[in-house]
Amino acid sequence: MREEVPIHRCIFQQDKRLLFGAREGTYMATQAADLGSANEPSAQPDAVVVRFAGDSGDGMQLTGGQFTLSTALAGNDLATFPDFPAEIRAPQGTLFGVSAFQINFGSREISTAGDAPDVLVAMNPAALKVNLPSLKTGGLIIADTGEFTKRNLDKAKYDVSPLEDDSLAKYRVLAFDISALTIEAVKEYGLGNKDALRSKNMWTLGLALWMFDRPREPIHKWLKQKFKSKPDIANANIAALDAGHAYGETAEISGPLSQINVAPTKTEAGLYRTITGAESISLGLVAGAQLADLPMFFGGYPITPASAILHHLVRLKEYDVTTFQAEDEIAAICAAIGASWAGSLGITSSSGPGIALKGEAMGLAIMTELPLVIVNSQRGGPSTGLPTKTEQSDLYQAIYGRNGDAPMPVISASSPADAFECAIEAVRIAVQYMTPVMLLTDGYIANAAEPWKVPDPATFEPFPVTFLEEKNDGDTLLPYRRDEKGARPWIKPGTPELMHRIGGIEKHEETGNIDYSPENHQAMTDARKAKIDGVANSIPDQDCCLGEPGAKLALVGWGSTFGPIHRAVSQAREKGLDVAHVHFRHIWPMPKNTGDLLKSFDKVLVPEMNTGQFKTVLRDQFLVDAQPLNKTDGLPFYIHELEAAIEEALS
Amino acid sequence: MNEMTKIETTLKDWETDQEVRWCPGCGDYAILKAVQRTLPQLGCDPKNTVFISGIGCSSRFPYYMETYGFHTIHGRAPAVATGAKLANPELDIWLVTGDGDGLSIGGNHMLHVLRRNVNMQIMLFNNEIYGLTKGQFSPTSREGTRSPSTPVGSVDRPANPASFALGAGARFVGRGFDVSKNLPDVLKAAHAHQGAAFIEIFQNCIVYNKDVFNDFAAPKGAGDRQLWLEHGKPMLFGDPKTGLDKGIALDREGLSLKVVDATEDNWEEAGVLVHDATSRVIANMLIEMPFGPFPMALGVIYDDPRPSYSESVAQERAKATEGKQANLAKLLGSGQTWTVEADEGHPTD
Repeated sequence: MREEVPIHRCIFQQDKRLLFGAREGTYMATQAADLGSANEPSAQPDAVVVRFAGDSGDGMQLTGGQFTLSTALAGNDLATFPDFPAEIRAPQGTLFGVSAFQINFGSREISTAGDAPDVLVAMNPAALKVNLPSLKTGGLIIADTGEFTKRNLDKAKYDVSPLEDDSLAKYRVLAFDISALTIEAVKEYGLGNKDALRSKNMWTLGLALWMFDRPREPIHKWLKQKFKSKPDIANANIAALDAGHAYGETAEISGPLSQINVAPTKTEAGLYRTITGAESISLGLVAGAQLADLPMFFGGYPITPASAILHHLVRLKEYDVTTFQAEDEIAAICAAIGASWAGSLGITSSSGPGIALKGEAMGLAIMTELPLVIVNSQRGGPSTGLPTKTEQSDLYQAIYGRNGDAPMPVISASSPADAFECAIEAVRIAVQYMTPVMLLTDGYIANAAEPWKVPDPATFEPFPVTFLEEKNDGDTLLPYRRDEKGARPWIKPGTPELMHRIGGIEKHEETGNIDYSPENHQAMTDARKAKIDGVANSIPDQDCCLGEPGAKLALVGWGSTFGPIHRAVSQAREKGLDVAHVHFRHIWPMPKNTGDLLKSFDKVLVPEMNTGQFKTVLRDQFLVDAQPLNKTDGLPFYIHELEAAIEEALS
Repeated sequence: MNEMTKIETTLKDWETDQEVRWCPGCGDYAILKAVQRTLPQLGCDPKNTVFISGIGCSSRFPYYMETYGFHTIHGRAPAVATGAKLANPELDIWLVTGDGDGLSIGGNHMLHVLRRNVNMQIMLFNNEIYGLTKGQFSPTSREGTRSPSTPVGSVDRPANPASFALGAGARFVGRGFDVSKNLPDVLKAAHAHQGAAFIEIFQNCIVYNKDVFNDFAAPKGAGDRQLWLEHGKPMLFGDPKTGLDKGIALDREGLSLKVVDATEDNWEEAGVLVHDATSRVIANMLIEMPFGPFPMALGVIYDDPRPSYSESVAQERAKATEGKQANLAKLLGSGQTWTVEADEGHPTD
């Protein structure tokens, strides 16, 4: 399949496979790769996919992160995909200890981290072995020969070094002793070999910066800041970075490498930054709390990949944010509920297994009708599942996963930048409807970075909360009397004359006192459902983000599949196919026109990283013949997978 | 509790219009009255007073108090209360829980609310049984307790609530029982304590575990079986009518406590200990005294305050925000940014 993907214009002026001997500064030519393009000195492709892969201790995520920043500064649109093992320090050199960071950047709009890399940086044999299957035919491998030792080859289960047989004939290989070059470059700082080798990732980054003509200054600045108290380490890293960069230039002189110039993307004018989903959710929650005019209380318990939100918020205390690392997931949500009761905006966050633990408390928030935002950064499941991989398999859990008839709004973010608005929307619904709201994101969105046009807070519409200050029925307080939205008043303990009791037991529809009577439970069940259904009145109609209603085929998605679906539909439309892309932010309740919109298409295909959960919800709610397109391998969709599905559906 | 302005109220002001639904004769009635009697004496303000409970017979308590109340879910009241206290440190929080709610399903939260020292009064009604679920043995039931789930007698060793609290790092541990006239004094001391104050209240479940505490709580012979502790006073006990005639002394050889003959006149010579509520070691020994050879230690067993959680959190916040000002626009535009110019579509650093 992958070979059928149109290869971006090849990027290296090169027709030989080259093995460099670092110390000697010589190279030996081997069999020419069958490439057939890109002999011009400075290629200019519209997009390039680079994957940095190494041992989990090699600092690949850091390298990728810094390369991302420099790429953003160069004005390219980009998307990234970090892929790291669950083990913090997996045994060195092993196949399961490989950590990778992929970035797709270009002069056109970039919506995914890219199907297959054009360039693979492999810091050891294991990194090569694990990542080689995804490399494009004709792609470039940059390998550190210093790590291709007998021991490391054994650990990666290679009998013969792949650099020394024909197994890489389909690719172009630049292999040289990055380890030795790094040691040489940082010699003057008197570091031991072990410490010196830690700068290998900066050497590699330097080479990559040169390849794509990126400035080094921001990285210099960042290194100086990061190692402020250890100037030797900062200087060694800078020296390694500069040496990698210089190596590229020198190599160019001798002919084998050339620079790739990816032109800046045409984008809307304004201030930009890169942002990960975890950052944008945190910022969105802060903005949401400010728009609601409330202090924020965040209760969390460490879990991958949700912890990043706690780490961001803990640094924002000046925004009236209180963070609480609880003893467990249940305490985290219960403390948030307690804080909401006391008049703060309660927020909790977790991933699937932790969300499962919070289920009973969500029911309490539904029953007591208190605002609460629950962020679920989904990962692969069930049980502990795949902690560091991505999946969308908690949709049923979000919509239905509680005891009793316990309706709760669910919204989902489709990209790191989108997560900002979604977080604000979650806060709005929570406080306006006095309800817990589930905000779905996933491991991919949480960790991935993309450029974000910084919004101006003055353009946000505030939705300040009003607390009940006096009795709402003459001399009587009715804590469960509803407003036109079906929401009960929010009453803070400490308010004079309004003392009352709430709890998880069924309560009278106005007084809130315990009431088990049949007619009251019927009325309260109906009222809770009507309130959540009514959220649909406050959300915009669903539109097509590509194509028109009535198209022959619609790809209907939610969450982080946005990028691949968008790109695939866009490419199909360029080929003249009548296909639309519909992407849902509001999962429960859905926009009011959803049924009509879905019924307007001849065919509806629902790509999901699960076994078909949203497809089932759509069928149930609207009786449409939604067809599933599912995958659960822990990886985002490839564009070519979706393109193939589009063609098949329309054939 | 907090520093507060005293408010004039009467017992009636603390009663709700709700019908109390405990079994007739339940010890909970006596505890409810003791609390309703104590709050006016403390000058508490109903609007700032909150009762938070979990699930179980004891946890119906908030419905009967004319204050803000939150009847939460099984075992989780300490977590809800922690969030409420952090959100509004002005609230004067009373936590109501039981042996099942507080030490079984909610044991973890009990541990953490105590070690964090969240400023509140925690009343654990210990009836050594699951009442609301119809009589199963609980984590505090004595070995051999016959119940629907242990028809030939339980084999689990019981937990000692006060011992658990002390082990968890509680800085206040008190004990009382439902019908004791001294219970309000223990509640007052707990309220005066800054930080988490843990009070074990032995409570008679007349349906499923009737009179299980009679060996020390029954009025007859109570003087010989109850050791009411008071800071700075000798640990003497006995029938007050005939005069106190026994005391608790330290067996220095065995590093344990012993009962000695002593009176109010000769206790010093007899080596009777003076209660030091700030001594964790003595507190532990008093809590662990085997009942039978020893009396039941009651009253304020341990009271040694340290800064409460909300104070520490406030200090940490002050440190973390020093010199920082909230500015959302600046925050959103922080990190490494770049500007795209209108005409070119090309960025500048």
